[in-house]
Amino acid sequence: MSSTISTTIEEEDLWDGGKRPFKAGYGKLMMWFFIVSDALTFSGFLVAYGFSRFKNIDSWPIADEVFTHFPFLHGIDAPMYYVALMTFILIFSSVTMVLAVDAGHHMQKEKVAFYMLLTIIGGAIFVGSQAWEWSNFIRGEYGAVETTGGQIFQFVNEKTDKRVALKDFAISGPSDRFQHQINDGVWYSYEATLPSYTVQEVISGFNSNPNLIIKTEKIDEKGHKIKLSREESLQKITQAKNVVEGANLVRNEYGNRLFADFFFFITGFHGFHVFSGVIINIIIFFNVLIGTYERRGHYQMIEKVGLYWHFVDLVWVFVFTFFYLV
Amino acid sequence: MENSTHKLEIFRGLLKFKSNEQKIWAVLLFLSIVTTIEVALGISKPEILMNTFLSAKIINWIFIILTLVKAYYIAWDFMHLRDEKSGLQASIVITLLFLIAYLVFILLVEGNYIYDVIYEGFVSWNF
Repeated sequence: MSSTISTTIEEEDLWDGGKRPFKAGYGKLMMWFFIVSDALTFSGFLVAYGFSRFKNIDSWPIADEVFTHFPFLHGIDAPMYYVALMTFILIFSSVTMVLAVDAGHHMQKEKVAFYMLLTIIGGAIFVGSQAWEWSNFIRGEYGAVETTGGQIFQFVNEKTDKRVALKDFAISGPSDRFQHQINDGVWYSYEATLPSYTVQEVISGFNSNPNLIIKTEKIDEKGHKIKLSREESLQKITQAKNVVEGANLVRNEYGNRLFADFFFFITGFHGFHVFSGVIINIIIFFNVLIGTYERRGHYQMIEKVGLYWHFVDLVWVFVFTFFYLV
Repeated sequence: MENSTHKLEIFRGLLKFKSNEQKIWAVLLFLSIVTTIEVALGISKPEILMNTFLSAKIINWIFIILTLVKAYYIAWDFMHLRDEKSGLQASIVITLLFLIAYLVFILLVEGNYIYDVIYEGFVSWNF
């Protein structure tokens, strides 16, 4: 066989009971225990997402309309390309990890170190990409208004069928309103950052711009968001209560409040896993460099962190499907 | 010692490899192709796949099946499950499949029920 075995086996691989369950080392089996339980945690989150989505099946935000950014392509509608790129980066860093494990079986120290380094770089790029994705999501692009009932109205140009940003039509009037900060009054009283426009400015801008109509959260049978006619829009806009720009845990301009909460929670939890994976990989990388595993006589540790790293990749495959595709 | 020998074939022996490294690259190629198909479908959204089948769109079933295929190859080839004892494979896969399928069933049925309750008039769509 092409893959040779590492030399030390029998005695030290036996568990303290004198056996080797499943013919697997202790550390590796414990890593599998952890992975199974962590997989259940992630599936709990994803299923909770599915629950909320089924509960609001006719008004859930459409991912293609939310994640439309790509670096250096400003203003161009590029749904999904960026997450697809992130997926490829993560799969590729998974491959370099397997190659490191494989090199470990052959006791090739330099190759192990090199592939570990590539894996670390891939993981770091992925975490960076996620940060970029988050910052776009939080900043938002078009802005929207929220009604008393907590529904989101987005604005569309009836002629071109394109989304219209608040700053393109809101009429700024003189305003004395400024953010109430902690040092302005009693020490425990403060408020969040004010949106760029007041509700009144948005409404008057909307009224004086005859091309604008409202896009609601509701979805029709074909899976498109329902747009109101100009007359209906003029009537409904009076119910606007808040201006929403971007996303936070309370409200977001994309639609249902839970959507942003799940986005932050699930991708955040996954990003934290990738981050800790990178840290663990860095520690192992330096251990390889100083020859710890060379002296130990085998590279099983690479295999254990490899399992964790692939698991992170595996979870991303599911997050990608259920957040961006389905 | 585990992994002293690798099983160097995928697709039930349809493709055989000379070395483990070769197999890894082939799996990468396969995973990339599947991901590309997913992304292409997700962007183009062919009208014919938007029809409902078993209370979900056909395209969504395709996405879910392709995801499970990807998960299989990541677990089997990258995580070396292919080379483990069948007892270890079973205790990982059956545990997860059973618990997750159970959770999915309970929560999605419940979510659907709540939607029906709201839809059938107890709360109207509140502008």
